[in-house]
Amino acid sequence: MAGHDDLPVAARARRLEERLIAAGLTSDDEIDEYLTKLYTSASPVNGARMAARAWTDPDYRDLLLSDGVAGAAEMGFGDLTYALRVVPNTAATHNVIVCTLCSCYPVSLLGPSPGWYKSFAYRSRTVREPRAVLAEFGLTLPGEVEISVWDSTSEARYMVLPNRPAGTEGLGPGELAGLVTRNGLIGTAAV
Amino acid sequence: MTYEPGARVRVKPGDPDHHTRVPGYVRGHTGTVIGAIDQWPVPDDSARGIDPPRDETCYAVRFSAADLWGSGDHTVTVDLWESYLGRP
Repeated sequence: MAGHDDLPVAARARRLEERLIAAGLTSDDEIDEYLTKLYTSASPVNGARMAARAWTDPDYRDLLLSDGVAGAAEMGFGDLTYALRVVPNTAATHNVIVCTLCSCYPVSLLGPSPGWYKSFAYRSRTVREPRAVLAEFGLTLPGEVEISVWDSTSEARYMVLPNRPAGTEGLGPGELAGLVTRNGLIGTAAV
Repeated sequence: MTYEPGARVRVKPGDPDHHTRVPGYVRGHTGTVIGAIDQWPVPDDSARGIDPPRDETCYAVRFSAADLWGSGDHTVTVDLWESYLGRP
């Protein structure tokens, strides 16, 4: 990660930290502790485990779709700092997540967001021409599948529940979770 | 809760001088309420240091691409606080 310290935005972030510390609102130790905790536990494996369980446990699926925070807590992720809404793909509808205003993202369940998610191109084009954007990710959807774009403009963070792939009936929870990718949970991949 | 699921709502037009969480591309457009998500402080108030900020219902509102852009067969769902909305 060489060179990031030299970026103007890094200097601005540090100035902001210094102001907050000077005001007595936080400390370097507190910031380090928070970031360490976040980035050692934040991973798309978390969201993948939730999706895989929803594929095999109808009661859990109902919970996850009606109350995402409770669904996350049920799988051991009880410390979400945001509201969570999980939107399920169906045979007729494919969901995709974007944040046009900034880059809102459920970091603790999906890991640090990819660079493209924060790019101006993804943020502006996904609400305008999602079918073309998804095709560039290698996901060409049949014309009859409607695309539902979710713009994360509020306190809620979004996650897609992908469709369970055909031919996976014999797989266990770990194997099923292993099929689910970060992009599948954003909606830029089928699974 | 003022708006029931299925209600048609119009996003208030205009570009405020202060911070807001209304994306420019839905301003003035009419959509359909999918449901109320939760109740949260209005970001426009929080960002301006208004204490206490208004605490309002936030709705998921769905727009058709054809209405927003004049073309496209998809939908876009945007979370909007109650004071961002009015009857069409």
